[in-house]
Amino acid sequence: MAEAARMPASPEIRARWDGFTFTPDNDAKATLLVGRYPPGRQQSAIIPLLDLAQRQVGAETETQGWLPIPVIEYVARYLGMPFIRAYEVATFYTMFNLAPVGRYHVQVCGTTPCMLRGAEDIIGACKARGLKKGHTTEDGLFTLNEVECLGACANAPMVQINDDNYEDLTPKSMTAILDALARGETPKPGPQVDRQTSCPEGGPTTLPEMVSENHDYRSRW
Amino acid sequence: MLEDKDRIFTNVYGFQPWNLKAAQTRGDWDDTKSLMARGQDAIIDEIKASGLRGRGGAGFPTGMKWSFMPKEPAPGRPNFLVINADESEPGSCKDREIIRHDPHKLIEGALLAGFAMRARAGYIYIRGEFIREAQTLEAAVQEAYDAGLLGKNAAKSGYDFDLFVHRGAGAYICGEETAMLESLEGKKGMPRLKPPFPAGAGLYGCPTTVNNVESIAVVPTILRRGASWFAAFGREKNEGTKLFQISGHVNRPCVVEDAMSVPFRELIERHAGGIRGGWDNLLAVIPGGSSVPLVPAEQIIDAPMDFDGLRDLGSGLGTAAVIVMDKSTDVVKAISRISYFYKHESCGQCTPCREGTGWMWRVMERLVEGNAEIHEIDTLWDVTKQVEGHTICALGDAAAWPIQGLIRHYRPELERRINERRGQTLEAAE
Repeated sequence: MAEAARMPASPEIRARWDGFTFTPDNDAKATLLVGRYPPGRQQSAIIPLLDLAQRQVGAETETQGWLPIPVIEYVARYLGMPFIRAYEVATFYTMFNLAPVGRYHVQVCGTTPCMLRGAEDIIGACKARGLKKGHTTEDGLFTLNEVECLGACANAPMVQINDDNYEDLTPKSMTAILDALARGETPKPGPQVDRQTSCPEGGPTTLPEMVSENHDYRSRW
Repeated sequence: MLEDKDRIFTNVYGFQPWNLKAAQTRGDWDDTKSLMARGQDAIIDEIKASGLRGRGGAGFPTGMKWSFMPKEPAPGRPNFLVINADESEPGSCKDREIIRHDPHKLIEGALLAGFAMRARAGYIYIRGEFIREAQTLEAAVQEAYDAGLLGKNAAKSGYDFDLFVHRGAGAYICGEETAMLESLEGKKGMPRLKPPFPAGAGLYGCPTTVNNVESIAVVPTILRRGASWFAAFGREKNEGTKLFQISGHVNRPCVVEDAMSVPFRELIERHAGGIRGGWDNLLAVIPGGSSVPLVPAEQIIDAPMDFDGLRDLGSGLGTAAVIVMDKSTDVVKAISRISYFYKHESCGQCTPCREGTGWMWRVMERLVEGNAEIHEIDTLWDVTKQVEGHTICALGDAAAWPIQGLIRHYRPELERRINERRGQTLEAAE
């Protein structure tokens, strides 16, 4: 959640978002999502549908997206539930942005496993490049936030930028990623050092056959 | 040492594709029908005999949990399986590897577990931040449907079973099983009072079992190789293999599967390249994710990494998320950051936790600087005791234990900082 001040439904916001509806593509996705729950239990789809709506807002504004009040109202109507129940969900879960964010939402993990591996220096690298926690840069490109454990602790420190993780960071590689994004490039996600996912650096200590072939170990059972 | 042939998650690093064809080559979905033909009670008995304890942290026997489900679901009250993929415990990153690199082990396990507990549908609740992982999982589930392994007459077994992926949206508390059910119902993730337990009234008020990803994903292999194979690893009551997640100050952090009860030193030496700066440089270890108390170096070095071995040290195996701290660590700050985490993640339902987590964090921040009185350490200890056990769910306990561990083992360090700062203040005043 962007920790900026929460946006009220101002007349400007109303004017911009009151007519929000899912695109035909997203409407089809929403129908599929609602179909995953038993009849009468469509409220279960509130999280997936708010996510879908936030993504659509993102596509329309060329940002990661956020949830203006009229959009939350639309999703609540879509699922036939009171607005307040949808609003509760939107405010409870941290991935819903209640205020606009930049094109890239830079979410640096700051929890202890990442902290031990230098997360503070990663935040420092972001700050050195002009990003400020809880704020969006003036060019609208980056919003920086420190977030809690994102579940990639064996590849710490790490950052999630929109849909991708960048792991095993150093201040230098963090800066390089921001530079690449600013140039409109797509940096390679995953570990930023020479390493296969969460395998020990330098090569696996187990299952060496798997590196080069899809080995079937059953013959040794 | 665990041999490669006995590792369950052979594609843990994703060197090979996750897709159905590749998974089948590795042995997944091999005649699943015949495993199911053994019958529901036989499957539950086999899992009980294997000694499998829940891999999500609490370590409750999985087979026993399944046996609490009604054997004949009442009309209109179907049984549900919910798989907890809300991996959010700081230090934990194993379910992510299963989901993105070996998802078919999880999906096949879901069918077998769902069948055994007479569920017709299962939901995999995956944390919202696992965006790419959820995409892989959705695609793998679709593959399984397309191949007739899920849905009507799943895997030609004659049993109908549906499996759905449900994404969360960022809330640690949803890893607590009843908060997860609330969230699945489209509400704020606030834990429910127990009883009733989920096996009596869970999702939509129907009987439900919530299992961790790893607990479910090991089931097919246990059934294929037999309970006695799985039970051969680890000490009594701590049987099996386990995905360990090694983070922090080791030379090569990693996720690795090894036998339960492997000694700490062996685990780190063999897979993580040793402690940064050598074994003399080891300060302390949080052996099971942020909720368990830390253990000082000298106590953990030769300890068996299992439920009971770490409980004996006043800590716990938790999710086997091993967070290593060397002597460069500001241990007070490291624990204070964990306190901040719990303050951030408290759902706000119970007063002791909502108020206590923030209070404890603020005192911890002052202790980092030594900006406190000695007696406040005792007050902090008292407050952790007033939070612990006085909340609906275990988040209150999880917030209290790391601080208790710190005070238990590092009180002299806390006092040193206070005295040092007081000395400086006096000097400045003169």
